[in-house]
Amino acid sequence: MIDPKDPTVRSATISCLVENEAGVLARVIGLFSGRGYNIDSLTVAPVEGDRGRSRINVVTSGTPMVIEQIKAQLDRLVPVHRVSDLTQDGPHIAREMALVKVVGSGNSRAEALRLADAFRARVVDATIDSFVFEMTGQTEKLDAFVDLMRPLGLAEVSRTGVAAIARGTRIL
Amino acid sequence: MTQTDTLQAPPSTTLESGAEVLLRALKDQGVEVIFGYPGGAVLPIYDAIFQQNAIRHILVRHEQAAVHAAEGYARSTGKVGCVLVTSGPGATNAVTGLVDALMDSIPLVCLTGQVPTHLIGNDAFQEADTTGITRPATKHNYLVKKSEDLARVVHEAFYVARSGRPGPVVIDLPKDILINKAPYSEKPETPHRSYRPQTAPDAAQISRAIALLKAAKRPVIYSGGGVINAGDAASAALTKFVRKTGFPITSTLMGLGAYPSNDPLFLGMLGMHGTYEANMAMHGCDVMLNVGARFDDRVTGRLNAFSPDSRKIHIDIDPSSINKNVAVEVPIIADAAYALEALCDAWDADPAPPQTADVASWWATIEGWKAVNCLKFTQTQAKGGIIKPQYAIQRLYDLTQEHEAKTGQQTYISTEVGQHQMWAAQYFRFDKPNRWMTSGGLGTMGYGLPAAMGAQIAHPEAMCIDVAGEASILMNIQEMATLAQYRLPVKVFILNNQYMGMVRQWQELLHGSRYSESYSEALPDFVKLADAFHGVGMRATCVDELDDVIRAMLTNPRAVIADICVDQKENCYPMIPSGAAHNDMILGPEHGTALQDGRAAGLTDEGLVLV
Repeated sequence: MIDPKDPTVRSATISCLVENEAGVLARVIGLFSGRGYNIDSLTVAPVEGDRGRSRINVVTSGTPMVIEQIKAQLDRLVPVHRVSDLTQDGPHIAREMALVKVVGSGNSRAEALRLADAFRARVVDATIDSFVFEMTGQTEKLDAFVDLMRPLGLAEVSRTGVAAIARGTRIL
Repeated sequence: MTQTDTLQAPPSTTLESGAEVLLRALKDQGVEVIFGYPGGAVLPIYDAIFQQNAIRHILVRHEQAAVHAAEGYARSTGKVGCVLVTSGPGATNAVTGLVDALMDSIPLVCLTGQVPTHLIGNDAFQEADTTGITRPATKHNYLVKKSEDLARVVHEAFYVARSGRPGPVVIDLPKDILINKAPYSEKPETPHRSYRPQTAPDAAQISRAIALLKAAKRPVIYSGGGVINAGDAASAALTKFVRKTGFPITSTLMGLGAYPSNDPLFLGMLGMHGTYEANMAMHGCDVMLNVGARFDDRVTGRLNAFSPDSRKIHIDIDPSSINKNVAVEVPIIADAAYALEALCDAWDADPAPPQTADVASWWATIEGWKAVNCLKFTQTQAKGGIIKPQYAIQRLYDLTQEHEAKTGQQTYISTEVGQHQMWAAQYFRFDKPNRWMTSGGLGTMGYGLPAAMGAQIAHPEAMCIDVAGEASILMNIQEMATLAQYRLPVKVFILNNQYMGMVRQWQELLHGSRYSESYSEALPDFVKLADAFHGVGMRATCVDELDDVIRAMLTNPRAVIADICVDQKENCYPMIPSGAAHNDMILGPEHGTALQDGRAAGLTDEGLVLV
């Protein structure tokens, strides 16, 4: 039984398998905004093209009662096949990708490149006074890298949001 | 059946127009009546309606009323209601009705016209983003963009509307889809690909529930609209279970009629204007069985003081209702009928004895609360005496009972929203399901007249009465014309206090009696109004006229507006103010509750924020 008074706000990575039809993303987003839930990150893409299904990954936060409610609300949407709270249902992997543009020259430029190397970011575009790094990893790692780039001429960041999947044989 | 079958099957020469396919699908879904209003985008459907006789169309005078009428039809029959409106303003006018049906879980399919597919997004004449607007107003919605999807979508919409927790479904139909030839497909045999609500209860949860109920010393059963939605079988099973256990039962506004109100085990309605005994029993119980109710804020009062010492069992078909407002120990996801049948069987099969002695002393406590007689009011019988609104409802109940006994004519009651609605819920006793239609969740003024109209269409021989207030009735008064057109003998019973009574009551209790904008200046003469709409108007201004007016109303074969002039200052009690607990009820002047500092006792500043 969930303790309704438990005020602990936790982060949850929720994945849903949905019918790939018009408006399905709007339904999910509308549910979050309409009921006042947070969306920290959201990704969506077709995953079973032949069966016309997409996967939506939402990173959200709330008390245990709110997270349960979010799952139940998602599950009752007509085009939603399955919902799983990956954070709760067992070990999982969550990754996102960032493209980070750093503009600068001289020492800071060299330092940016060194740090990128240490973070195993790839250079995907370079000019005389700029780099675009591509980096994949957990949200925290991307955050850390972006923070480090800030004093080194960080100009622009584009991130994909989290894609997540359960470890082992378990599937959604 | 696959989609390719339907694409290949009929050769193009036998194809019908989209509008014809639509009507065929509706007919296959058992639709007999559509409530609607025509317009440019739906002309092909109206043309097809003109050329057939299977489905009857009822022309309303406003799209909102079409939806409420379909709600009344659905609520009084258990069938799916059907609505047809045009694009743009037709669809936007329907939105209030859709949200009303969503909040009260009423199964509807609403067909909306749309501009042709190639114009969608161009800001065309009478274009609105109907699926966008109605997405949060419906259980689900569809935009049909391909002719080959049309029949499948209609069948699916009816399935979605009536399955699981019922609700409204919109199908947006571009005009070219209605005109172009479309293939027909039969109702699918296979289950829906993603929406398959659980209806059978989990056996382990049923035994956990029975263990709690058998050990209960101070039990209470709290039933809601879900029992009505689950059909007559659910109401029968509820009655069986309550009588088997001898436990006290209370009901939400939406659940009235599922359990016979005149039964001694029934404590009356609970919640903000519920009875003292029902709310005190909810507050003091040790085991609560909630069947098909959703712990709405009108019912729970202040959440952290709601039934603090009870262990709770919650039966609901919608998993998202579980633990939404109140955490429960034993959730049972199921259709109420199946769950209650399972509880009945398990109660008999379980060898543990119930706590008969404790339950008996619990009943003694409850009898003490009942003795407070919280619905007491004083009605003068002096000639020319002012009519108390409670008395008007009580007499309406008594005289309809008398009329029913004499003529066999069954009574269906709808209401608008406000004080009169609460008085109807308190003083009219319902002993059968589907006889009571009211806007519970959304609280839509203007609901009652069209809902009574829908019920009258479904039950042409019945006595359909809209208990109204003089403010609410004006919100959909144009439907008097519909009554005239179809000769529907709906009775409008107005408790006329010349105020938006509930607003006035809150202003008195919470805002220092500053009656801001709640007095109805320049009311119409309802007797002449009835006359103008080809109905019959009558009026009672004092208590000695009341019975005659009610009798005349009940025996008149035409539509009637009965304008009952009632005490302007009367408030609806008991009342749990917003933000107060169940045991913090205001019982009203009959019980010597006075205002403190211009405010009712139990009111806090936090409570003022709440609606």
